[in-house]
Amino acid sequence: MKILTGNELKSGDVVWWTGYNWSRHVSDAIEVGDTVDQIIAREIAARTVSDCYTVDAERTDAGILPLHIKEKIRATGPTVRPDLKIAPPDPAAGNWVI
Amino acid sequence: MYKYDSFDQQMVDTRVEEFRDQVERRLAGKITEDQFKPLRLKNGLYLQLHAYMLRVAVPYGTLNSEQMRMLAHIARKYDRGYGHFTTRQNIQYNWIKLEDAPDILADLATVEMHAIQTSGNCIRNISSDQYAGAAADEVADPRPYAELLRQWSSFHPEFNYLPRKFKFAVIAADEDRAAMRLHDIGIQIVRNDAGEIGARYYAGGGMGRTPMIAPLIREFVPIGELVSYAEAILRVYNRYGRRDNKYKARIKILVHEMGAEKFIEEVEAEFVHLQGQNIDAPAAELERIIAHFEEPAFESGLSEDIDRTDPDFAVWLDQNVDAHKRPGYAIATISLKPAGGIPGDASSAQMDLMADLAEQFSFDECRVTHSQNIVLPHVRKADLYALWQKLDEAGLASPNLDLISDIIACPGLDYCSLANARSIPVAQKIAKRFADIDRQKELGELKLKISGCINACGHHHAGHIGILGVDRKGTENYQLLLGGSGAEDVSLAKITGPGFDEDGIVDAIETVTDVYVAQREDDERFVDTYRRLGMAPFKEALYG
Ligand code: SF4
Repeated sequence: MKILTGNELKSGDVVWWTGYNWSRHVSDAIEVGDTVDQIIAREIAARTVSDCYTVDAERTDAGILPLHIKEKIRATGPTVRPDLKIAPPDPAAGNWVI
Repeated sequence: MYKYDSFDQQMVDTRVEEFRDQVERRLAGKITEDQFKPLRLKNGLYLQLHAYMLRVAVPYGTLNSEQMRMLAHIARKYDRGYGHFTTRQNIQYNWIKLEDAPDILADLATVEMHAIQTSGNCIRNISSDQYAGAAADEVADPRPYAELLRQWSSFHPEFNYLPRKFKFAVIAADEDRAAMRLHDIGIQIVRNDAGEIGARYYAGGGMGRTPMIAPLIREFVPIGELVSYAEAILRVYNRYGRRDNKYKARIKILVHEMGAEKFIEEVEAEFVHLQGQNIDAPAAELERIIAHFEEPAFESGLSEDIDRTDPDFAVWLDQNVDAHKRPGYAIATISLKPAGGIPGDASSAQMDLMADLAEQFSFDECRVTHSQNIVLPHVRKADLYALWQKLDEAGLASPNLDLISDIIACPGLDYCSLANARSIPVAQKIAKRFADIDRQKELGELKLKISGCINACGHHHAGHIGILGVDRKGTENYQLLLGGSGAEDVSLAKITGPGFDEDGIVDAIETVTDVYVAQREDDERFVDTYRRLGMAPFKEALYG
């Protein structure tokens, strides 16, 4: 499945498309379909986000997660600073990137 | 230290206001991201893996305590309470908000700092010897010459759109503490037989995907022509450097493809052409700059004695303290590599403390090193114990300078969007594996350097042991390299063979150090043993 991500323009924070707005939690992401190009164009024009693109993801017990390690780290914060992690709803979140 | 004059200050202040306007226009939708991106990059603002990242220039690695406190303030007020000192003697903040960036730059400008030319295809911040002005082996303080080049290269209209980024290092000692020959231009300030000061020029060095050691371009350029010779090199590069292929655009490729001899011919012809065009600063201007770097008021008649009664202090003293040019003084290095810590990271509180210590013990000065540590260059020997006690209380007294746990590591995949693999956790695991300080000392000088991708910000080519993170079908893999050096015995490390996973690379480090311990002769360092024996015994132990 594909999910849509970007960086919030003002803060630079990593955000995920929820179907109607952007969330900092990847678990809120939804699968995007054929309309993704229109969403990107609209959101870029609205100056909410910059650098929009889709990433491969999978549905797991902990919710939706990107497949590639880079996007996993992007979704949850640096693996070396647990205090700065954006925790997905998974008690083992500290380890699941690795 | 150099103090801005009204021109310097006005340039920086004007740039802050210009950028404030650009950010406002971006947020108001008057310019697109494509239009804005080159403008923010010119001000050191990247969009990284998690947020905007701001790279702040620390010219030739020198900071006073007021500046260090400002770096702490920015980390506290606008970031998440820490910053990362880089291998180019700069500092990076990882969690910057675009809307805050103009205020940050305005705050920096109040202490004569900025982020100009810390990105983009221009002349970047000029690096230097962290022991400048303190080392016994230097012919002069290299920083006035670096400062002259900083002024010349700031906003230089001809060199703002080079084929690729361009990095200078300026040193003035035979011992190279700045990886000088791995820069686009490396300058060694020297004295000729007549006793005159001049510059020995190297050009075409660099790391990245095609590492090269800079060849000698000219043995002696009179100091009064320092700038015009640099300009001649830059002009030849600007004219012939490849703009068709990003990966072949650095000057090292040009020098290599053209051949050093032909390149020198071109530079010399351009140098002749530039003579008489008043490119160099008048002697009075150089003197004005040199006056800013006058020695601090060193005391004479100080005691050379140091009380070594405290054994922990004695270990730190032997490892992290170096000889100073003046009797009664020493150079102390604060390690930013605590066991299990993140190489080069410092919290706001640590930065504040280092500022206080610089003020109290080191004539208000500290230095950032390319090995991601902080140096207090002028400490009275009699004060070393008091200094160490304060560092120890703050967890900043790791006695590991130049040992295996004094690891250079780039931010890697934990922060960097170009990365293939994480660097920091590998550094942490190695530091943990070799945590015993006696074991580290037994291994002696061992420079271990880790990059998270081929761009080599972690200087892996220049490590006695280097590690390069690669992406192998979506998983992190680590190549091992041996035999590099960024010092005066400069050499490029070679890959041992197939890579390892994260735990495997830690084991592999232990394997190669075991080979070294078993095979070393006399006082050989790891790299000396490697050079004597070659790759074979290490390869045999690693792969059987
Ligand atoms: S070496 Fe690669 S991963 Fe490391 S900081 Fe540089 S670009 Fe990023």
